[in-house]
Amino acid sequence: MSEQASTSTSTSTSDRGGGKPPVLTITDLHLYYGNIAAVKGISLEVYQGEIVTLIGANGAGKSTTMRAISGLMKPRKGEIAFEGKKVSGLRGNEVAKLGIAQSPEGRRIFPRMTVAENLELGAFLRKDKAAIQDDLERIFDLFPRLKERIAQKGGTLSGGEQQMLAMGRALMAQPRLLLLDEPSMGLAPVLVDVVFEIIERVNAQGTTILLVEQNALAALNIGNYAYVLETGQIGLEGPAKDLANNEAVRNAYLGHA
Amino acid sequence: MATAERTAPRFKVESLLGMAVLTAAVAWIIWSFSSGPVIFTQVLTIGLSNGALYALIALGYTMVYGIIELINFAHGDLFMLGSVIGAIFLEEWLGQTKSSPKAWLILALTMLFAMAACALINMFIEKVAYRRLRNAPKLAPLITAVGVSFILQNVGILMNGSAPHSRTSVLPSSSLELGPIEVRVKYIVVVAVTVPLLLLMTWIVQKTRVGKAMRATAQDRDASLLMGINVDRIISFTFALGGALAGAAGVLFLEVNQQTRYDAGFRLGLIAFTAAVLGGVGNLVGAVVGGVLLGVIQALNDGAPHFFGQQWTQTVMFSILIIMVIFRPGGIFGKHQQEKV
Repeated sequence: MSEQASTSTSTSTSDRGGGKPPVLTITDLHLYYGNIAAVKGISLEVYQGEIVTLIGANGAGKSTTMRAISGLMKPRKGEIAFEGKKVSGLRGNEVAKLGIAQSPEGRRIFPRMTVAENLELGAFLRKDKAAIQDDLERIFDLFPRLKERIAQKGGTLSGGEQQMLAMGRALMAQPRLLLLDEPSMGLAPVLVDVVFEIIERVNAQGTTILLVEQNALAALNIGNYAYVLETGQIGLEGPAKDLANNEAVRNAYLGHA
Repeated sequence: MATAERTAPRFKVESLLGMAVLTAAVAWIIWSFSSGPVIFTQVLTIGLSNGALYALIALGYTMVYGIIELINFAHGDLFMLGSVIGAIFLEEWLGQTKSSPKAWLILALTMLFAMAACALINMFIEKVAYRRLRNAPKLAPLITAVGVSFILQNVGILMNGSAPHSRTSVLPSSSLELGPIEVRVKYIVVVAVTVPLLLLMTWIVQKTRVGKAMRATAQDRDASLLMGINVDRIISFTFALGGALAGAAGVLFLEVNQQTRYDAGFRLGLIAFTAAVLGGVGNLVGAVVGGVLLGVIQALNDGAPHFFGQQWTQTVMFSILIIMVIFRPGGIFGKHQQEKV
């Protein structure tokens, strides 16, 4: 059901990723909560090195899609493949092992563990102690606030700090594909810019990112390619810059009348 | 604002009342002690030993509750199976009925055997009975646990018979004399076995990788999956740990009480469950403190001067539970963690 954005004339899939196969392929994905369909047959691709953004209104199925990619939910129909390997049907911990990390909706940090313990859990599957230590320093460079709070319990952090912790924790896994679900949620406006800068920096260091955002303008600004999700289906897709200029998108999501 | 003003003074009255109850209890204990320091201390040692047993069982309740929020009513019966398995292994298979250094070694082996057996049984129960119900409404696994309790009791009847079965202890029946106070060797053994086990448990949960995964799973199962934690395996491991502790408690119970009975798990399980509630269900340290406290209260009431005597012991213990639940529903240590969602 995916139709190209009206403005994107130059985009065909072969342009993305320089001819290499996509890192993540979702084909005709159907997701249900009980009998209620949350996602109704979406297909999307994420290529190596991209920031792909998924925008859409509340209840459009963005977070549900993210949960399915991470193996927290089983699709009723359709397939999710990561680096050519089918991941739909795998359990969450097995998906994590393949190199997909997620900073989930609602942050889901461990409330009764310290900031340090939360970050260490992000690296649960890694054995390279020295590199883990380096990454910890890297996270603290990105989020100096977390270093100040290092011995504090996760549950006592402010919403914004928890958001940073969730992102830092996901980065600690050294993922090849990073799923970010609403990373700007609950952040002060000043911090929103910082977080988007960090996302770009992480991406520049070689991590492929799938980004779900309500803050559509910022997301389209840093994204390479974007999908607009509307009540469980892909309404529009195209290069992020094109979508940012698309009138329908601007009216619906960017607050331009 | 109005409700805040109304609840504030009531809160104060409650804590005052709590303080009064506590002060009265302490005064009572001092009165009892001063009337007969020797008997008081002797009774106290029995209480500590019983309390150690309760703590071992209470930990199994509290760990399982902590990780899947299930009150595992079958846990007491698992403890009973542990004592029966221990008795059969020690007496019937290896023929040890008298106290000797060799028998003590075999007792240690029995302990390991019962721990392993109970760990396996508990893992099996989790796998066949509870795992499928993990996302079901809370009542479903609860009723299942009651069902498993009946099944285990009937396994107990099969193995042990429906009447209490007398067993012999291989521990010396002598006492150590510390001045005027006599302490039975078996009580010392119970404490000497329990304390290292509790320390080992604490170490596993606090310091090891699997312990960290246990704590993570207890706090957020989905997030743990995202971290790559094999949640199924961690829950299984938690049941194994709880089962092993119940098995150890079963063998110690066998040595102290010199009998096995299929319904031992009901009463002991209830007491241990009370201990877990006293300490705040899900709180490991709380379960140990609650267990020791109940053991001591029980022993004092049974034997120390100026208490109510054995026929009132259960009444006293459960009254304390009720008072506790009214004044501090979160247990002795309460639940202070604030969680933002």
